[in-house]
Amino acid sequence: MEPKIKEYDVIVIGGGITGAGTARDCSMRGLKTLLVERLDFSYGATGRNHGLLHSGARYAVTDKESATECIQENMILRKIARHCVEETDGFFITLPEDDLAYQRTFVDACHAAGIRADIIDPEEAKRLEPSVNPTLTGAVRIPDASIDPFRLTMANIYDAQLHGAETLTYHEVTDIIINQNRVEGVRCLDHITGQTKEFRAKVTINAAGIWGALIAQKAGVTVNMFPARGALLIFGHRVNHMVINRCRKPANADILVPDDTVCVIGTTSDRVPMDTVDDMRVTPEEVEVLLREGEKLAPALASTRILRAYAGVRPLVAADNDPSGRSISRGIVCLDHETRDGLAGFITITGGKMMTYRLMAEDATNMACGKLGVDKKSETASTPLPGSEPDAPKPAKKTVAFKAAEGRHGTLTTAFSLTTDIVDDALVCECEHVSVGEVNFAINNLNVHNLVNLRRRTRVGMGTCQGELCAARAAGVMCRQHEDAANVKTDLAAFINERWKGAQPVAWGDNMAEAQLTATIYEGLCGLNQYARKEEVQ
Amino acid sequence: MENEMQLLNISEYNFEQCLKCSICTVYCPVSGVNPLYPGPKQAGPDGERYRLKDPKFFNEQLKMCLNCKRCEVACPSGVNVGDIIQKARMKYASHKPKLRDQMLANTDLVGSMATIVAPVANFFTSLGVSKEILHSVMKIDKHRTFPAYASQKFETWFKRNAQSKQDKYAKHVSFFHGCYVNYNFPQLGKDLVKIMNACGYGVHLLENEKCCGTALIANGLYDQARSQGESNMSSMRSAISKGRTIVTTSSTCTFTMRDEYHHLLDVDNHDVRDHITLATRFLWQLIDEGKLKLAFRPDFKMRVAYHTACHMERMGWVVYSTQLLRMIPGLELTMLESMCCGISGTYGFKAENYETSQKIGAPLFAAIDALKPDCVSTDCETCKWQIEMSTSVKVLNPISIIADALDVEKTIELNKNH
Repeated sequence: MEPKIKEYDVIVIGGGITGAGTARDCSMRGLKTLLVERLDFSYGATGRNHGLLHSGARYAVTDKESATECIQENMILRKIARHCVEETDGFFITLPEDDLAYQRTFVDACHAAGIRADIIDPEEAKRLEPSVNPTLTGAVRIPDASIDPFRLTMANIYDAQLHGAETLTYHEVTDIIINQNRVEGVRCLDHITGQTKEFRAKVTINAAGIWGALIAQKAGVTVNMFPARGALLIFGHRVNHMVINRCRKPANADILVPDDTVCVIGTTSDRVPMDTVDDMRVTPEEVEVLLREGEKLAPALASTRILRAYAGVRPLVAADNDPSGRSISRGIVCLDHETRDGLAGFITITGGKMMTYRLMAEDATNMACGKLGVDKKSETASTPLPGSEPDAPKPAKKTVAFKAAEGRHGTLTTAFSLTTDIVDDALVCECEHVSVGEVNFAINNLNVHNLVNLRRRTRVGMGTCQGELCAARAAGVMCRQHEDAANVKTDLAAFINERWKGAQPVAWGDNMAEAQLTATIYEGLCGLNQYARKEEVQ
Repeated sequence: MENEMQLLNISEYNFEQCLKCSICTVYCPVSGVNPLYPGPKQAGPDGERYRLKDPKFFNEQLKMCLNCKRCEVACPSGVNVGDIIQKARMKYASHKPKLRDQMLANTDLVGSMATIVAPVANFFTSLGVSKEILHSVMKIDKHRTFPAYASQKFETWFKRNAQSKQDKYAKHVSFFHGCYVNYNFPQLGKDLVKIMNACGYGVHLLENEKCCGTALIANGLYDQARSQGESNMSSMRSAISKGRTIVTTSSTCTFTMRDEYHHLLDVDNHDVRDHITLATRFLWQLIDEGKLKLAFRPDFKMRVAYHTACHMERMGWVVYSTQLLRMIPGLELTMLESMCCGISGTYGFKAENYETSQKIGAPLFAAIDALKPDCVSTDCETCKWQIEMSTSVKVLNPISIIADALDVEKTIELNKNH
C-alpha cells in the first residue's frame, strides 16, 4: 500500500539552530510546518562551536553589519532564552606581543556598532578573572556571554512542536520534488525504519548549514559555499568565569569560553573541500595550535585536563557576484530561488552565525509568508522560549541534580522535579548530575532515539568520565523505551565509541587512564564489542 | 606534539585525577549507612566541577562527611577526596557555627574551665536530666557521655612533679600532649614521660601549646584553627631548633598538624611536618635502627585487640604501634578489621549524627564484643570514647599498655650505653 503523502505549508530542511528557529517562527505564524533532519538536532555546526553568545565585538572592526546584528540578537537571546544563557561578560585582552594601539580602534568600532566596550585596568581584569594571562597589557570588557547551543536548539524545536510543527530526526532528504520549476516537497529516507517517505509543501526552506550546498544541488541550483573548518578543545572543568578573547584581528584559538561545567578553547579556521565536511576528526596539529595559543589566554590551560577535541564546519557563503569566495561575509544570506534561479517554492537560508539564527529564521519565514500570502509579523524576538518563561513556578527541589537540571531545562524542570518517586532522584550521570527523572523527561519529550540524542538533550556522558559509568545506566533507563534489548546494546557500543572518537586526539595522561578503565568495563567486563557495528570497532 | 605541552596535569587536591572508579564511595563509612549522603566521589571531585561553575551548587549534605579520609586511602589515583570536601565546606558553607559547635570545638577553653571544677562538671554531665537538657537545647545527643575531666591538668602535674628532672637526660624530645591528655586523661601523658625517661630521653612541654584545632575545623571555626596552627608551628620551630623531635600520643592531633594545616588551613608547616611524630613511631624507629632497647615485665599478661583509627590508616602508621605492642612477650594481639568507629571527634556527639555514628560503628562493636579482649588499644582518644560507650571493653592507648608492661629498671640498664 502506498503510504499517505502528507501536505504542509512549509518544509524546513535541517535540524540545526537555523532550521529549529525557522520551524518555530513558521509554526508561531500559523503555518503547518514540518522539519526534517538527516541525523540529530544540533548534529552539525550548531553543536560544534564555542557556545559563545557573541557581543559582536569580534566582528566590530571588520564587519560592522554583523557586529550590529550580533549585539541586537545578544540582547534578545538574554531575554527569550534566559535558561540557555549565562551572563558571564567577557574581556578582549592585549598581550605584550599584541599592538596596544589596536585597542582604541577596537573600542571605537564596538561603540559605533552599539556594543558596550569599557577599557579597564589590567589589574582590575586580573581581579575579575583570576585565570587571565597575568602579563596582559590591556583589557576591554564587553557583553559576551555563554550560551548552550543544544539547549537553545531543543527549546526552539520544543516550542515549534507546541505550535503544531512536526519534527523528524534521522530523515535524510534524498530528492527535492520539482514539478514545472516549482519545488513541491521532499523525498526522505527514514534511517531508523529504512522507509522512503514523501512530504509535500507549498514552500521548502533549505536550512541545512554546510550541507545546504548539497540540498541546493539536489534542487538543481547552485549555492557557492566555502566550508571553513574549526577545531576546538573542551577542558575538564571551568578555568575561567568570563569569556576571554584576544584584542587583535581574529586568529586561531583566541576565544576561551566557560560553558556549563567546562571551558572551551577555539577555534582554528581552515578552508576544506566540500567532500570532507562529514569528517569531523581532529588532527594532532590542530590540538597543538589550540593548546599553544590557548595557554596565552589562560596559562592554567597548560596543566588542565582536556576532555575532548571536536570540529565543525561553518557554512560560509560567497556572494553571487564573487564566485571565487575572496570577499566572504559572515552576514546572513537568504536566497529566494524563484527570483534568483526561476525555481519557485524554494528558499535557502544560510551564512550568518548561531548568534543570528533568530534573525535568519525571521528573514526566511518572512519570505515564506510572502509566498504563502500570510500577513503575520514574527513574534520570536519577544516571546520567551519554553524554559525561559519569566512567571513560571520555580522547581521545588533544591538538590544539586535539580539545580543542574534547572540550568539545562529552565522552568521545564518542574515537569520532573515534583515527582515523589525515589528512583527519579537517582543519578544516571554523576559527573553532570543527570537524574533518572531528567532522562525520562528527555526520552518522553525531546525526540530521543538513542544515547547520543540523550547526551545532547541532557549532558549524560559529557562529564569527566565520558560515559564510563553513566552510559550503562542510561542504557538501562532507555531499555524501558525499547522492546528489543539488543538494540540498546548496539546503541551503547555506538555511544562508547562516539565518546572515544572525541577523546582519542587528546588521549594522554589521566584521559588515557580513564579510557583504559572504560574499555576494561565495557569490553572486558561486559563484552560489548560483539554488539558494536563493524565500522565502529576501534 | 611538542614535548613540553601538557606534561603535568595539576589540579587542586588532584581532583582531575579522579577516574570515577567509585572505590572511595565503597569505602566511605557514611555512604554505607546513610543514603542521604552523596558519597565522597559525588561530594568531592564530581561536585567540585559544579562548585567551580557556581558556588550555589554547594550542598549542605557535605556536613555529613566524617573527614575520616578513608576515601583518600582507597583512591588509586591519589585524589585528596576528603580535602576537597572539607575545603568546599570552608569555602562555601553559609551556616555559622552554633553555640553547641563552638562549645564542642573549643576543647581547649572548655577543658580549662572544666578541670577547675572537674567534680562538679563531671557530676553535671553525667546526670540524666542534664543529658536531656543538652540533647534538647544544645542538640548534643543524650546517649553520649562526656569524657570525664581530670581535677589536675597534665601541664600542672608535669610542672610540679616532672619538669625539673628532665634536663638531666642526655637526649630530649618535646611532647605535644593535646587537649585530651591535658584535661581528660593526664595518665597517658604520665605514661609517656615514664617510657621516655626510661629510654634516656628528657620530655619537655612546648613553649605555648594550643589545641591542634581539629575540632575547630570540623565545626567551622577556621580562623581560630589557623591562628592556633600558626602559634603551634612557631612553638615547634623553637623546639626543633634545639634538636628536639615533637612526639605525640594522639593520631588525630598528629594528622591535623602534619597534613590538615597545610592542606586546609594554608598554615605553612613544611619545615616542621617531618619533626612531628607519634611516640610509638618514634620508639619503633629507634628500636629498628638499633638505637633503643625495651625490656618488659615477665609477669605481664594481656589480650589486646587493636583498632585502627581512621587517621592512623591515612598516615599509614598502624604498623608502628602494633609492632611495638607485639614486642611485649605477654601480650596477645588481635587486629580488628580496619573500619571507622563512627564517632569522628565531635561528629558523633551531635544529636543529628548519633544514629549514623552508631550504625557506622556497629560491625566494630560486634567484633569487639565477640572477641572479649582484656582491652582494645587504639591511638585515637575519640575512638576510645566511642568504643567504651558502645561496648563493655575498656580502651587504652598503646603508650599506656607499654608503660604498664615496661620493666623500667632493666630498660634504663639496657640503654645506658647508647
